[in-house]
Amino acid sequence: MPNQKTPQSTQPTCNVLRYKLGSAKPALLELIVRNHPGTMSHITGLFARRAFNLEAIVVVPLPGTETSRILLHLADEPKLEQVERQLAKLHDVLSVHHRNDLSPEIFNRMISQIPAAP
Amino acid sequence: MRREGLDLTKDFAPPVSHRRGFFLLQRLRYGKGYTQPNMKTTGANLLRILLERQGIRTLPGIPGGAILPFYDALHGSAIRHVLARHEQGAGFIAQGMARVTGRAAACLATSGPGATNLLTAIADARLDSVPLVAITGQVSQTLIGTDAFQEVDTYGLTLPITKHNFLVRSAAELLDIVPLAFQLAESGRPGPVAIDVPKDVQNASVEIDTLPEPGRRQPPSPCADEPIDALAHLLAQAQRPVLYLGGGVIASNATELARTLAHRACAPVVSTLMALGAVPPEDPLFMGMLGMHGTQGANFLLEEADLVLAIGARFDDRATGKVAEFCPRATIAHIDIDPAEIGKIKTAFLSLVGDAADILRRLLDRVPPQTRPTWLARATELRASYPLQHPPRNQDPLHPVNLCRFLGEQLPADAIITTDVGQHQMWVAQAYPFRQPRTLLTSGGLGTMGFGLPAAIGAALAAPDRRVACVTGDGSILMNIQELATLAEENLPVAVLIFNNTHLGLVRQQQELFYQQRYNASRFATSPDFAAIARGFGVRGIRIDPTTDPLAQLSHALAAEGPCVIDIPIQTTENVYPMVPPGAANRAMIIAQPEPTHA
Repeated sequence: MPNQKTPQSTQPTCNVLRYKLGSAKPALLELIVRNHPGTMSHITGLFARRAFNLEAIVVVPLPGTETSRILLHLADEPKLEQVERQLAKLHDVLSVHHRNDLSPEIFNRMISQIPAAP
Repeated sequence: MRREGLDLTKDFAPPVSHRRGFFLLQRLRYGKGYTQPNMKTTGANLLRILLERQGIRTLPGIPGGAILPFYDALHGSAIRHVLARHEQGAGFIAQGMARVTGRAAACLATSGPGATNLLTAIADARLDSVPLVAITGQVSQTLIGTDAFQEVDTYGLTLPITKHNFLVRSAAELLDIVPLAFQLAESGRPGPVAIDVPKDVQNASVEIDTLPEPGRRQPPSPCADEPIDALAHLLAQAQRPVLYLGGGVIASNATELARTLAHRACAPVVSTLMALGAVPPEDPLFMGMLGMHGTQGANFLLEEADLVLAIGARFDDRATGKVAEFCPRATIAHIDIDPAEIGKIKTAFLSLVGDAADILRRLLDRVPPQTRPTWLARATELRASYPLQHPPRNQDPLHPVNLCRFLGEQLPADAIITTDVGQHQMWVAQAYPFRQPRTLLTSGGLGTMGFGLPAAIGAALAAPDRRVACVTGDGSILMNIQELATLAEENLPVAVLIFNNTHLGLVRQQQELFYQQRYNASRFATSPDFAAIARGFGVRGIRIDPTTDPLAQLSHALAAEGPCVIDIPIQTTENVYPMVPPGAANRAMIIAQPEPTHA
């Protein structure tokens, strides 16, 4: 796929964001998790196991700690609350926060700054 | 920790400078956590010590290459290993122990097929919230990822079916992981935890200063006062309240409190399969089981209720029927220890997250005695109007309902009944009089055929002074029949009663009722001689002759000592009624044989 700059329109076209505006509003969750092997499997496995849709994910270790920060982009479906509760139950997930102050555009911006593989 | 748990001469090889007397003095001074400083031992030995400190005394399992260092460390230990004949059997033996005691039990398997064979028992523990710690051997870390002999991604396989799982990367990690595994298994909503231990970790030598405290159940944060006040208010306002009890009532030891609440608030009680035994059937407020094979009285009462208080129940589809039409007139209040259960299936008007026993105790302080004569009269009427349909005993002594009632008369009130899965399981649930919690051990959520026999072995190991009976079917028993060898070896007082209809009865029933009698793969063309099989395993085997006073034969067979298998022929076409058709609302129960749909 060509790596286009995301047009500043209401309709995101970047392949990272597959949701259609109007069908489901986006929701952003921020997790603080224990940074050790298996944590990502537990989180992504949860989405597969419970048939939740995960649109985008960014994980960065928090320097000087044994934790990582994860930003998840989900659809704001009725199941969202159930998703949050299931995430909060995972032993390696230390906190779950809504980040309604952020726009899903940040995923686009992040990916668009990285040159695509030739 | 018990003293025999730590054999100092064996656990550690102390340097010459450390005298045993000095150690014991320090131990006296600093308590149980004290071990000799900088003691060297192996990962396998450390794992054994940690399990002993958790109070593990019986450990079912099967050895194999990747777990052999740990088996070596078990040699001469206070832990008694029970050799199962299939890892799934080992898993269910551990489940039987955990379900009877409410405490986490452990089981053991090797890597690869050992681990995959355990999976069903782990998944079963997850769905029924049973505290279980499954320990598996793994190939050495240098071989992980190379498709080595008996290598499988146990961590990945157990990930979606455990509360949490671990791949141990160093022997020192065991010090944290083992207590944490037990803590997680027993805390909050109980469940299974898997620990995968590579062989090199078991063999590695490790230095220990102090041993960690054993992992224990952590009390959940208490529910706030406001929702409890609100619930007391709801109960006071309600005219037609019903308590809907689930397995959580038993897990939190809240059965007496629930019963007290029912009587104080004048609220009839319906029970899920997992909560049978919480309220005895003689209780005037007990309406029986709800749902697909529940009593008509329970299901109709829920149609009329204006307040349903779910306690430790998860609105499972077998209980609710068509969810949208479950309790159509009722406000729902939901008590659960697992916040994710609130609103998962049914939106609750009021939700209380916390330990059911704690919440009920505080609720009882706020609920004055109430009287609802009209509502109680209605409940009594419904119960009296819709008894289980079955022929009288003298006419058909081997009708499954009559058989279950007869067993109830023959066995003491604290006898433990395990079941397999199918028609016999539902007949037991409907007709056996469970009077105490933890007397019915059954695979409710996963519905695992093959659960009954190994779970009965586990129950008998955990409760050596009690009678244990496994009620099974001729389909289910074959799924873990190899555990008869374990039963014979352990010589436990388990009676295995096979309700033999030479069919996969519940499948046959569904094909009859919902697939226009197109029977397919539900009849066994050949039926083994179960009594002869039992004798082949060294277990007493009896086949009941239906023509000459079968109940006397049954009584006689149950009276004898030791394990036995009793093969009981029952009608092949008997169905479990009532039955709610899958996907239908609970009010749509079928209660009798329908007319054949074609000639």
